[in-house]
Amino acid sequence: MKRRKFDVAALPAKAGGEIDDRLQVSAPLRRLFNKVFPDHWSFLLGEIALYSFIVLLLTGTFLTLWFDPSMEEVHYNGPYTPLNGIEMSRAYESSLQLSFEVRGGLIMRQMHHWAALLFMASIVVHMLRVFFTGAFRKPRELNWVIGVLLFWLGFVEGFAGYSLPDDALSGTGLRIAHAIMLSIPVVGTWVATSLFGGEFPGTVILGRLYIAHVLLVPAILLGLIAAHMGLLVKQKHTQWPGPGRSNDNVVGVRMFPGFAAKGGAFFMVVFGVIALLGGLFQINPVWLFGPYKAAVVSAASQPDWYVMFLDGSTRLMPPWEARFPLWPGHHYTLPPLFWPTVFLPGVLTMLPLFYPFIEARKFKSKQSHHLLQRPRDVPTRTSLGAMALAFYFVLMISGANDVLAEKFHISLNAMTWAGRIGLLLLPPLAYWVTYRICLGLQQHDREVLAHGMETGIIKRLPNGAFVEVHQPLSPVDAHGHPTELPYAGWVVPKKMNRIGALVPTVKGFFFPVEEAAQRTLPAEAPVSPAPSREGIGSGKH
Amino acid sequence: MTFDDSAGAAGPPREARRGRLLASPVRRSRLRRRVFAGLRLVTALAIVGGIYTAFAPGSQAEDTPKLTEAAQLGKRLYDQSCATCHGPNAQGVQGRGPSLIGVGSAAVEFQVETGRMPAARPQQAQVERKQPMFTTEQAQQMGAYVQELGGGPQLPSGDNLREGGDVAKGGELFRVNCASCHAFSTNGGALSSGKFAPSLEPTTDRQLYAAMLTGPQNMPVFGDNQLTPQEKRDIIAYVQFQKQDKDPGGFGLGRYGPVPEGLVIFLVGMVSILFVTLWIAGKS
Repeated sequence: MKRRKFDVAALPAKAGGEIDDRLQVSAPLRRLFNKVFPDHWSFLLGEIALYSFIVLLLTGTFLTLWFDPSMEEVHYNGPYTPLNGIEMSRAYESSLQLSFEVRGGLIMRQMHHWAALLFMASIVVHMLRVFFTGAFRKPRELNWVIGVLLFWLGFVEGFAGYSLPDDALSGTGLRIAHAIMLSIPVVGTWVATSLFGGEFPGTVILGRLYIAHVLLVPAILLGLIAAHMGLLVKQKHTQWPGPGRSNDNVVGVRMFPGFAAKGGAFFMVVFGVIALLGGLFQINPVWLFGPYKAAVVSAASQPDWYVMFLDGSTRLMPPWEARFPLWPGHHYTLPPLFWPTVFLPGVLTMLPLFYPFIEARKFKSKQSHHLLQRPRDVPTRTSLGAMALAFYFVLMISGANDVLAEKFHISLNAMTWAGRIGLLLLPPLAYWVTYRICLGLQQHDREVLAHGMETGIIKRLPNGAFVEVHQPLSPVDAHGHPTELPYAGWVVPKKMNRIGALVPTVKGFFFPVEEAAQRTLPAEAPVSPAPSREGIGSGKH
Repeated sequence: MTFDDSAGAAGPPREARRGRLLASPVRRSRLRRRVFAGLRLVTALAIVGGIYTAFAPGSQAEDTPKLTEAAQLGKRLYDQSCATCHGPNAQGVQGRGPSLIGVGSAAVEFQVETGRMPAARPQQAQVERKQPMFTTEQAQQMGAYVQELGGGPQLPSGDNLREGGDVAKGGELFRVNCASCHAFSTNGGALSSGKFAPSLEPTTDRQLYAAMLTGPQNMPVFGDNQLTPQEKRDIIAYVQFQKQDKDPGGFGLGRYGPVPEGLVIFLVGMVSILFVTLWIAGKS
C-alpha cells in the first residue's frame, strides 16, 4: 500500500476546514479576528483589569483547595509559634496553614491579594480615561453603566475576601459592616440579623461570605465582563481624532494577529508584575493580626485602598444624630453613621450611573460619538472630574489619617479638621483651577494654529524692540501673515522638531528600540538663516 | 487684753476717759492682770510642749535617714539635672515639673534611660524618646535616690526580663491590652491632639516592663493587679519575638497594614504596568 504524503504546510488550513465543516465558525470568527484596536496606550488600561481578573480566578481557585470558611473554634498547633495553643476559628487556622504549611501557599495568597488591589486600581484608572475623554457618550452609555456596576461588585467582592481569613483586621472590618447595616433606617436590624444569622458575629457569616466570594459575585462579575466586552465588539472602539480618522471608521491593528500578540504579551507582563509583587512585597500578614476577638481592635486598622474612602468619610462625619418624633414619648433615631456609609455610597453610585444622560441633556447632544475628546476641549466635564477626584482623595487620605498623623508627626485632630474643611473647599477649588488650565491650554492651541509655533529665535527690530520669530503652520498670505488653521481636536505641534526641524527623536525608554535615522538636512532650512551683514565696528580703519 | 479701745467709739468723751485711766487703783489692777496673763500663757505652752514631747514619734526628732551610697550619687545627679523642674526635694515645681514622691525607681529608670528626661521642651504634646543623657548606671542611681525619697514601683533585677515568658500567651495579652494604641505590629499609633503611642522598636526588656508598671505619659498603668509579673514577661517575650521575626512574605512595608499596600499597588504595580502600555502601544 502506498503511503500518503503528509503535507505539514497544508495542515492548519485543512484542520480549519474540517472544524468549519462541523461547527460553521469561520464567519463569526472572521468578524472577531478583524476587530480593529486603535493603537494608543490609554486603550490598554481596561485590559489590566481583565488580566488581573484572570489571575484572581487562577490564584483564587488554588486557595479554595485549602481554605476552610468554618467558624468552629479550634486551638492552633502549627509552625507559627507565637500563636501556638491560641483559640481561633477554623477559617483563621486554615489561612495560617495556607501561609506556612502549604507549599507555595503564601505567594499564592499574596498574589491573590495584590491582583485584587490591581484589579480595583485598573478599574478606577480605566474609568478615569473613559470619563475624561468622553468615551461614555452615546452609544456607549450602557457600557459605562456596566463599568460602574463592575466597580461596585469588585468592591463587594474585595471586601468579602478581606473578611474571610477571620483575623483581627477582617473581624474589625466585618464589625463595621455590621454597624453600617444596622444604621440603615427601618430595615437595618432585619438586614443585619438575617445576614449574620442572629447576633454579631454568629457562626454563619463566613460560610455565606465564602459562597458570595467564590461563586455568586465572581459569576456576576464574569457575566458583566462578558457583556462589557461583547458591547465593545459590537459598538467598536472609540478613537482619538487624527489624519484619516473619522466618526465612521476605526483606525488601528486587527485583533488577529497583531493585537492578539500584543494582548497576549501584555497579559504575561501583568501576570509577571503581580507575581513579582506577590513574591517581593508582603501583603495582609494575617499571622501578625491574630485571631478575631471582639475586644481586639488594633491601631492602624484600615480597609484595603478602594474601601478607604468610606472609612475616611466615617472618620470625618461629625456626631450628628437625627431624631424624628413619631408620637408623644417616642422618636426614631438616625445614627450619624448612616450619612457617610449608606447615603454617600448611594449618591456615589447613582451620580456616575446617570452622568452620561445628564451630560447629554446639558450639552443637548443626541448624535453618536465615536471620536474621543481631549480633556481640555470639554472644560466643564474635565473640571467636574477633577472635583470628584479631589473629593475622593480627601476622603481616602482621611481614611488613612491615623497612620499619616503618627508617621508624619501631625496632630490627629488637626488631620480630621483639615479633612472636614478640605472636603468642602478643595473640590470647588479643583474645579476652578482645572477650568482655568483647560481654557489656557485651549487658547495656546488656537494661538499656535493662528500665529505659528515658537522657534526660540529672537529678532531685534531696528527700533531696538525684540520679537520672537514664529514658524507658521499654514501658508502665509501676501502680507506674510499665516492663514488661521481650524482646530482638529488633536495635538497641535508646538515644538520645532515635531515638524522636522530636527531629526525625529529615537523611540525607546532608557535605551533605543529603533535605529537612529540618518540625518538628512532639509534642502531649505525651516527657518531661513539670518542674512549676512556687515560687521559693526568702531568706524576707525 | 485691753477692752478700752473697743469702747472708745460709743463710750464717754475722751477727757473723761483719760481722767479715769490715770487713777492709781486702776493702773495697779491692770499690771496684775498682765502678769497673770503672761503666766497663764507660759503654763499653757509648757503643758502643750510637754504633751507633744511625750507623744510625738521619736524618729522624727532625728535627722533625715542616711541615703545609701548609690542614692547619694543619684542625689548629686538629681540636684544638677532634675531639681530645676522637679524641685530640690523632688516635691515638684508648679508649672514646670510634677512631684516625684512615690513614682518609684522604675519610672525614673524608664524616663532617663529612654532619654525622655531631662526633657528639652516639656510644653510639647508629648516628650519624645531621644539619645539618653545618662548611662544606665547613672539612671539607676537617680532611681535609687527617688526610691529612697518616696518609695514606689520597682523593676525586678536583670536585663533579660523576657525569660520564662510565653510568646503565644503574651501575643494574646498584647492584642487585647496594647495593640489598640501600639498597633498589632508594635510600631505605634496616633492618639488625640498630637499625642501618640510610640514604636516599641528601640525598647529594651527593662523599659517595656517599666512602661507597663508606671504608665508613662498617656499610657495607662498596668500594675501587678492588672497584669501579673508573669504576664508582663509574656508580653515582653512576644514583643521582642515580633521585632526579631523576619517577614516571610517579602518586604514587610513597615507592617503598617493596608495604607502602604495601597501606595505600593499604585506606585509600583500601576506605574510599572503603565510604562509597559507606553512601550507596547506607542502613543500613535
